[in-house]
Amino acid sequence: MTDRAAVEAFSPSALELDRRLHRRRASRRSVLIALVSTLAFAGVGGWLVVTSPGWDGVRQMFFNLEIAADSFPKILEGLWLNIRVLFFATIAVAVVATLLAVMRSLRGPVWFPLRAIATGYTDLFRGLPVLIVLYLVGFGVPALNPETRIPIAVLGTVGISLCYSAYVAEVLRAGMEAVHPSQRIAARSLGLSHAKTLRMVVIPQALRKVVPALMNDFVSMQKDVGLISVLGAVDAVRAAQIVTAQTYNFTPYVVAGLLFVAMSFPMIRLTDTVSARMARREQQGGTV
Amino acid sequence: MSASVLELHGVHKLFGDNHVLRGVDLTVASHEVVVVIGASGSGKSTLMRTINLIERVDDGRILLSGDDITAPDVDVDKVRARIGVVFQHFNLFPHMRVIDNVTLAARKVHGIEASVAREKAVGLLSTFGLAEKVDDYPDRLSGGQQQRVAIVRAIMTDPELLLLDEITSALDPMLVGEVLDLVRDLKAQGSTMLMATHEMSFARSVADRIVFMHGGRPLEVGPPEQIFEDPQHPETREFLARLTHR
Ligand SMILES: Nc1ncnc2c1ncn2[C@@H]1O[C@H](COP(=O)(O)OP(=O)(O)O)[C@@H](O)[C@H]1O
Ligand SMILES: [Mg+2]
Repeated sequence: MTDRAAVEAFSPSALELDRRLHRRRASRRSVLIALVSTLAFAGVGGWLVVTSPGWDGVRQMFFNLEIAADSFPKILEGLWLNIRVLFFATIAVAVVATLLAVMRSLRGPVWFPLRAIATGYTDLFRGLPVLIVLYLVGFGVPALNPETRIPIAVLGTVGISLCYSAYVAEVLRAGMEAVHPSQRIAARSLGLSHAKTLRMVVIPQALRKVVPALMNDFVSMQKDVGLISVLGAVDAVRAAQIVTAQTYNFTPYVVAGLLFVAMSFPMIRLTDTVSARMARREQQGGTV
Repeated sequence: MSASVLELHGVHKLFGDNHVLRGVDLTVASHEVVVVIGASGSGKSTLMRTINLIERVDDGRILLSGDDITAPDVDVDKVRARIGVVFQHFNLFPHMRVIDNVTLAARKVHGIEASVAREKAVGLLSTFGLAEKVDDYPDRLSGGQQQRVAIVRAIMTDPELLLLDEITSALDPMLVGEVLDLVRDLKAQGSTMLMATHEMSFARSVADRIVFMHGGRPLEVGPPEQIFEDPQHPETREFLARLTHR
């Protein structure tokens, strides 16, 4: 109530109005400059490409509209497999990475074996290229037991999950270490066990700290699910490859690429927004 | 003679070569308020932390209402659930609302139903002028309000003993009073407290006994009038003189 009265009573002085006018003019000017320079760059770049001697061939090979339209439904169908793989991999990664992070956070000699296993795992899978893990899991696991047939998409999901669990575990562990020790002490002083302290005090705060990093990992997992094509699973990339083999034209790859970009775009924007919001909070001295 | 809530017998604590507690003997009787004073680094916080089993003693015994809490097979979580602690920097959980901060231990440690815990917490918060803050997050509160919430969190489960470690040292001078008033209320209600503080006039008015820590031991123990007006040891005199001439 008092606030409203104050707002109504306040009218900016001539000095302030002048300042605002100046700021508005300045920002209009910078928008204009940005626009002009972007257009100039795009124009020059486009012109260089289009006037290059091989452009007609390239356009034919990569941007053939007819082939794009033809291949689109097949690639979209393949993308649906990628989305399912992504869904299950995300769940698996969330569970395994949390377990790994908690295992690495255990203190005391009794827990050495668990800690060592978790450390070894994350070191190994953070270093291994995803492609190699996919080959090892995709071709190695079926060879162990030739009788039963595990769907390739499942093996691909396992391979992706193995790698990303290691990355995400590291992110979570960093987040847990960033929670101030006094928070643990306060929780333990209330009589909360180590496990309850982790679950109710440390992990919730750790997650808030690492949300942008986790979203980044999610974005890169979104595109890495395309790698399961190397196992022969008919995902978007594989579908594009099949059409390319039939038509000797690379347009399907461009289509698949654009679909992956479209799929990741909302998440990328969301990550930016969340990061910006957290940075702002940090600046205000908010605690989380 | 009332039963003692806390007894320390020959407690030692070392950090590497740093022999911080050198055989501390101390008792706190039921409903008694004992104030620990002493120079910075004299081991006041360490003393509190050994009682709360955050630090393990290197020798000696600590009894809580007669139970040896330094026994090797003791369940530390059970012991800590019987002791309330308030810290210098409040240490509220920033991701929880005031009400959840206050009821966490009741719900998750003492198994009290959420609705019952909430009712009690709201009652306590209202008593201490925090009724409007129940559903706020800690970062919306002033330092004094945060510390009062932290005190309510500590007393919520009716601990046998309250440990208060310099709970006003991180506060604006303007906000110290509201927190100290709350401590006076707790004393009036009969809480048993062991507290470290640099607020000498407060110590004098609230303490049943003063403990002056020096050289890793309680060098001088007595009622406030004696410690402040007629200290027996030159070290006590020097410490008090330095404080009053700041
Ligand atoms: N966790 C710790 N590790 C090593 N040394 C410590 C630790 N905690 C306290 N000390 C040392 O113990 C001594 C007493 O500290 P403290 O109990 O905090 O004193 P006070 O609370 O009276 O200021 C200091 O010399 C301090 O450096
Ligand atoms: Mg201290």
